[in-house]
Amino acid sequence: MAEQIKTEEVLHSKGQPKLNFKPLTDESSNLHGNLGQSPSQTVGPYFHQGLVHKFQDIDTAVSAMMVEERSDTPGERIVLTGKIYDADGVPIPDAMIELWQPGADGIFVTEPGVGFNGFGRGHTRTDDYSYTIRTIKPGRVGGRPPRLAVWLGMRGLLTHLITFIYFSDEDNSADPVLNAVPEARRGTLIARRGEGQGDAVYTFDIRMQGEGETAFFDAY
Amino acid sequence: MTAPNPGQSIQQPTQDIQPKETHVEEGQKSPGGVHPPHLYSPYTSSVKRAPHELLIPLPGPMRDFGGPVFGTDRIRPDDNDTTRNARVNGEPLGERIIVRGRLLDSSGRPIRGALIETWQANAAGRYIHKRDQHQAPLDPNFTGTARMLTDDNGEYLLTTIRPGAYPWGNHYNAWRPSHIHFSVFGRGFTERLVSQMYFPGDPLMAYDPIYLGIPDKKGRDRLVSRFDLDITQHEWALGYRFDIVVGGTQATPMEENHG
Repeated sequence: MAEQIKTEEVLHSKGQPKLNFKPLTDESSNLHGNLGQSPSQTVGPYFHQGLVHKFQDIDTAVSAMMVEERSDTPGERIVLTGKIYDADGVPIPDAMIELWQPGADGIFVTEPGVGFNGFGRGHTRTDDYSYTIRTIKPGRVGGRPPRLAVWLGMRGLLTHLITFIYFSDEDNSADPVLNAVPEARRGTLIARRGEGQGDAVYTFDIRMQGEGETAFFDAY
Repeated sequence: MTAPNPGQSIQQPTQDIQPKETHVEEGQKSPGGVHPPHLYSPYTSSVKRAPHELLIPLPGPMRDFGGPVFGTDRIRPDDNDTTRNARVNGEPLGERIIVRGRLLDSSGRPIRGALIETWQANAAGRYIHKRDQHQAPLDPNFTGTARMLTDDNGEYLLTTIRPGAYPWGNHYNAWRPSHIHFSVFGRGFTERLVSQMYFPGDPLMAYDPIYLGIPDKKGRDRLVSRFDLDITQHEWALGYRFDIVVGGTQATPMEENHG
């Protein structure tokens, strides 16, 4: 049985009065003493105004750039880009994609980031409906090939989807998560490195449904 | 049939939306046991966007994915107050409310220093987002966005305007109940949650395919805030309590707290 939260006095800034929070079993909580997860709901079509930095000049303070432009965070600078297609092969213009990753040393951020936070957020409300996230190539964790975790939300998804991005120029053959995917579908999780000058560009498209459907994972 | 709203396409009834507990079919898989299924046909935009293949079980728990850490330097004093953080020439219109709650893990422990981002319609049921073409007025002093970090007790505090209901194109005469979008970071990838807070007694919840996509009544109830006279401030604003629980079966097991 879950431990009950003790009554605590909390003094907030800005002259808010003290508030005694009662134990969770208290009737005033929407949890009704039940510690089941709060269910997911869709991000909807308007998430940009709350989650995209400076969208429509709204003065948000939280930037979700993976790597600040002038950051001296070590690691190879790369660009992840792609489109997200629906069942008809039409690019989805209102999806949100978040990438989670460790640094180039394979270590996850544990302190407020200076220049690198292990987290980036992109969206497809762009001219060509593609998302773009600039980051550094993640390092290996526990000897496994580098990968990014993907949190995907959009209008139409009441619950987000979870998947992983691997890299086409790495040896991914021994990765246990990739090997849990039927062989014919593993390619849906490989970002393809493009040729060209400057930072490496990896393309990672997502197909929500039907032929070439991206593999998603049960990790809730 | 009432006259359609000018500027809106006429939506013919495509399905029989009746108030009921849920439209989720029996036996339909619920991610994490609590979340709405991905394919949920009463919510029409899920039909071409939800995967058809089954989700693939992970061979082990996702212990190795930590989350971002957001420092207090990213949050400004009025970021958690939409009645102040977008003023141009006055106060936003509508019913001022205070929403308070705790962010907890599934063992009931508070999650500290976690980022919560919210966004919502204004009192008239209009988002400032350019895509929203609902024929209701914008409020020049309101963007409806806020962000805050939970404190040492896992608590957050949001001051805002009660959002209005608004129509949407899912089916004929479809209206979203009043809601505030919540984006929540826990301590890692599997504790990341985006959800919505509803208001007690709203009759539109019984018709809403987004709310009714949650299969279990207890789960639906957890997204309905509670009116709270202790949070209500004398001669200032009504108060609502909205506690949030994140983290499911894949979350990193934590040591038992014997303190």
